[in-house]
Amino acid sequence: MWNWFHKLGSPKTFYAISGSLLPYFCVLAGIMLVAGVVWALGFVPPDYQQGHTVRIMYVHVPSAILAQSSYMMMAAAGVVYLVWRIKLADIALQCAAPIGTGLTFLALITGAIWGKPTWGTWWVWDARLTSTLVLLFLFVGVMALRSAMSGKASAGRATAMLVLVGVMNLPIIKYSVDWWFTLHQPSSFSLTEKPSMPPEMWMPLLVMVLGFYLFFFCVWMLRIRTEILNREYRSRWVRELVQ
Amino acid sequence: MMFESLSAFMHMGGHGAFVWSAYGIALIVFGYNVVAPIRHRTSMLREVRQRLDREAQ
Amino acid sequence: MNILLATIRRDLLQHVRRPADIVNPLVFFLIVISLFPLGIGPSAGTFNEIAAGVIWVAVLLATLLSIDVMFKSDYEDGALEQMVLSKQPLILVVLGKLIAQWLVSGLLMTLMSPLFALMFFVSSDGILAIAMALLLGTPTMVLLGSIGAALTLGLKNGGVLIAILVLPLYIPVLILGTAMVDAAVGGSSYTGHMLWLGALLLVTIGLAPIATQASIRISLSQ
Repeated sequence: MWNWFHKLGSPKTFYAISGSLLPYFCVLAGIMLVAGVVWALGFVPPDYQQGHTVRIMYVHVPSAILAQSSYMMMAAAGVVYLVWRIKLADIALQCAAPIGTGLTFLALITGAIWGKPTWGTWWVWDARLTSTLVLLFLFVGVMALRSAMSGKASAGRATAMLVLVGVMNLPIIKYSVDWWFTLHQPSSFSLTEKPSMPPEMWMPLLVMVLGFYLFFFCVWMLRIRTEILNREYRSRWVRELVQ
Repeated sequence: MMFESLSAFMHMGGHGAFVWSAYGIALIVFGYNVVAPIRHRTSMLREVRQRLDREAQ
Repeated sequence: MNILLATIRRDLLQHVRRPADIVNPLVFFLIVISLFPLGIGPSAGTFNEIAAGVIWVAVLLATLLSIDVMFKSDYEDGALEQMVLSKQPLILVVLGKLIAQWLVSGLLMTLMSPLFALMFFVSSDGILAIAMALLLGTPTMVLLGSIGAALTLGLKNGGVLIAILVLPLYIPVLILGTAMVDAAVGGSSYTGHMLWLGALLLVTIGLAPIATQASIRISLSQ
């Protein structure tokens, strides 16, 4: 097991394995996303309260979920890098940051677009939107530190450290924002916490969430593979591959 | 299918602008996430080749 | 333990000999707070509502300013490297520097806060709450800020970068601190808020120095 883990951690093996798996994952992600979008746009019954705007949920909720879990994955990569100094983990962390930033941004924008017809305003200082905004700040911080330190040998470890500090703060920030929201705005209409969502509504949501996850992994792998070539360009296998 | 006609589909019960802009922005973000790594890869490969050529001399 | 006290003493002495690093953030704090009434207009009604938020945000920014230079001079003259290399446990040195830093930034701002509360027509209950909240909140902010300062050691434009890295982490303190003042002004009990701020401080005392120490080692390792 340990041996296998170490082998996968070597850039060369990872490059080979990910290269053979990537096409299947890409096709699967494409199928899931297309099926999910068609289902969500065309076949989900309109909500009795929100009407057709409920269809925005099928991009908003998956992107919000992915925004959070991509930060978690970054943190996991950070721990692996700080503890075992596996270079691949550093590459993975570096490559996850821009994708996560994009998805957090998407979650915020779609939240605002959804808020306009349901709440009547583009932005509400709702607990969920606010903590997503803070998450965006954390992502931006990681990217800013990374770019400010580019070229330094310690860049990877410093970024990993920052991500760890962020991930420890994330629950505290989340709870404090939740608490702050309930304090200032007692009972209000919540977007996603329906008492119970009927299956014809949550099934396509599940498909979309899976599609988003697969998509994330695909573009993550794409970036990781490029960065491996960049860092390992002196090794023989890259030279043979490139020329 | 929940819609009788294409125009009803575009109209989305009066909220067409919101629904379609949300999906449009999602498409842009996804498109960027696909195109950026691929373009980065081609430019990186070119750069790596140049670097190797330079170091071979 | 000696090394802790020695570091506190040394840093305080340094601050006394070079007061600009301490005084400038305090002056900044003063100016920022005085600017708000000018931007809002002199009616007393709004002041009461925004006092807590304004003072907290000003404290937050001033703390960031003072944090920025926390390790800078020691980094530039190589003293920090000596501290890392010496046999003394780095964590105690870091802790000493943090305490000294808080004494000259957080504590001073806490002591100054009643003055500003008066400028915003806050009631006496509110003044006490602001001071208590700052007393518990500023050490947390110094502790979190030191991580950012340690990570950005030796970088150009470190100041802006620290703000981007650290400000999101200040949100819980900001929320709890302003809520505590609001509760006090509204006449309700604020013991709960105080306990939460205290709990936050304890957690941060336990974890932040470790992170700062590790970050210093990382930043010096190139």
